[in-house]
Amino acid sequence: MTTRDVLLSIQDLHVWFELRRFGFGHAGYVKAVDGVTFDLHYGETIAIVGESGCGKTSLMKTILGINKPTRGKVIFDNKDISAFHAEDLRLYRSKIGYVQQDPFGALAPFMNIQRILEEPLIINGIKDPAERERRVRKVMEEVRLSPPDDFLHKYPHMLSGGQQQRVVIARAIILEPQLVVADEPVSMLDASVRVEILKLLRGLQEKYKLAVIYITHDLSTVRYFSERVFVMYAGNVVEKAPVNSIVHNPKHPYTQALMDATSDPDADNALKYRELPAGEPPSLVNPPSGCRFHPRCPQRIENLCDVEEPQDLQADDHLVACWLYK
Amino acid sequence: MPTENLLSIKDLVLHFNTQKGPVQAVDGVFFDLGYKEAVVVLGESGCGKSSLAKALLRLLPRNVSKYGGQVYLEGNEIMGMDEEQFRQNIRWVRMSLVPQAAMNSLNPVLKVGDQVAEPMIVHHGVKKEEAYNQAAKMFQHVGVPVDFLDRYAFELSGGMRQRVAIAMALVTAPALVILDEPTSALDVLTQANIFNVLKRLKKELEVSFVLITHDIATSSELADRVAVMYAGQIVEVSDAHRFFSEPLHPYSRMLMASVPRLRANVEPEFITGQPPSLLNPPKGCRFASRCPKRFAKCTEEPPVANVDGIQVKCWLYTS
Repeated sequence: MTTRDVLLSIQDLHVWFELRRFGFGHAGYVKAVDGVTFDLHYGETIAIVGESGCGKTSLMKTILGINKPTRGKVIFDNKDISAFHAEDLRLYRSKIGYVQQDPFGALAPFMNIQRILEEPLIINGIKDPAERERRVRKVMEEVRLSPPDDFLHKYPHMLSGGQQQRVVIARAIILEPQLVVADEPVSMLDASVRVEILKLLRGLQEKYKLAVIYITHDLSTVRYFSERVFVMYAGNVVEKAPVNSIVHNPKHPYTQALMDATSDPDADNALKYRELPAGEPPSLVNPPSGCRFHPRCPQRIENLCDVEEPQDLQADDHLVACWLYK
Repeated sequence: MPTENLLSIKDLVLHFNTQKGPVQAVDGVFFDLGYKEAVVVLGESGCGKSSLAKALLRLLPRNVSKYGGQVYLEGNEIMGMDEEQFRQNIRWVRMSLVPQAAMNSLNPVLKVGDQVAEPMIVHHGVKKEEAYNQAAKMFQHVGVPVDFLDRYAFELSGGMRQRVAIAMALVTAPALVILDEPTSALDVLTQANIFNVLKRLKKELEVSFVLITHDIATSSELADRVAVMYAGQIVEVSDAHRFFSEPLHPYSRMLMASVPRLRANVEPEFITGQPPSLLNPPKGCRFASRCPKRFAKCTEEPPVANVDGIQVKCWLYTS
């Protein structure tokens, strides 16, 4: 195994949710993920950026084996996860850690920290309590909840937001996974804590050579964390590029709009209006024909963008789903 | 009293009773705000920002143990007014609020038009049609199509609901609107759109804003002045241009350094430790335990120093 072997391969993934009329009649599909393809290598970090409702959470849940793909495949370590059954799925889930967005909501309020962190070990058959406690203490040191004795018997509500998020991270890595999926891990935290948690995650990633999928809507944090960035819009990945290249030279008009809308602290911001695409993201039940961004796109080409769906096109080191780069 | 300021707050205090003792949520807040200006109140969660909004509008819960200080709005002292005077002349007449998570605070069983028109009927005693016309005018100002007046909250997207909440605060033409985290639950593009709307309103309607937020980067979109809050107290009041280029208080500096930047290649730093409990805040400077520049004097309460018009509550700046 070299670090450039493929760990996770997503192939033409579609996740559709059926809409029902009066509980049974078919009324179309919500096409939450509609044709996503990418490879993730061992030890690689990628960021998936997009607005709410663009399908990033559905994509993540499919990778975690919670949603079933409608079409396409999720291949983890050369095995198709849709073929997994109970025991395989449990083993698979022990190899992926999941860091939730809202730490307080993700921790059971009636369990103390020791119990929360032991749970994955119990499920995965570590029967010796002393061994479990040793591993719980070790992982708490890793996430700098130290000394562990101060925290082991506390309940989640006794901890600050940053500490709660550390517990969630500890739980995600306690089984020594190969992949961690972090769904907006810092969006609920304060500015001063946010950076601390991101640095902690990056430190763990480097130490254990973890592959990380970092899901966020905040472009300003991606460059501290990921090698590649995928931008999602209305169920499609519209741009894939290395992080520095996307920050300095976004290609897709939607990525450009996202960049333009992101502020850096600067008093001059108050003096000017921002140029933004009009309208709102489309319905995923009945997405626009052709390019899904075309109704809002300032650079659209008539009779092309509204008719034909754009292919992934190579532009420098970007892959862009946009006709401008043909 | 000086009348060149729209709002002038002096030593505002709001403490709550709890089982464990009084929580000093707002403890000596001061700042001034001119006409047609926006001040940003920056602070981490739990520093008393939202309590400050409640204290200004007198939307107080029952467990208040101490509430005092002076607030001058358009030259009039409003803290001394009795409840009825305050309701009739101040709240939603001269000063209104866009509450936190405003888009989820709309009434689900009333049409949004009715909700936006209601303050006009209550406070200005106008007829329903006239109130509706005014509501329609406000919808245009905030960029919601006028035919949305007949819709219910669930038929609108998050950004649209937020605009409706802003329209509701503006319908009675107040001089001051307090915005409590107006964009924290919104997407990047929607957020930028709301700030465009607020900037335009500031110009067109000549309204002032108090913007309460923890998001430093987006707060610069609207700020003329900045007030930094820490553990219930104001630690720095500054002009936006000077603040965003070089803040003075050690806490403000560290807060600025913790902002991830999209365009500049600087590694963000974090502040170690946690803000103190407001139940029993430390004597002296409340930031001292986390401050890299603390020295012997920091165990005493720091005075507010004036550095070229910037007010800083820190011993470093006393000569």
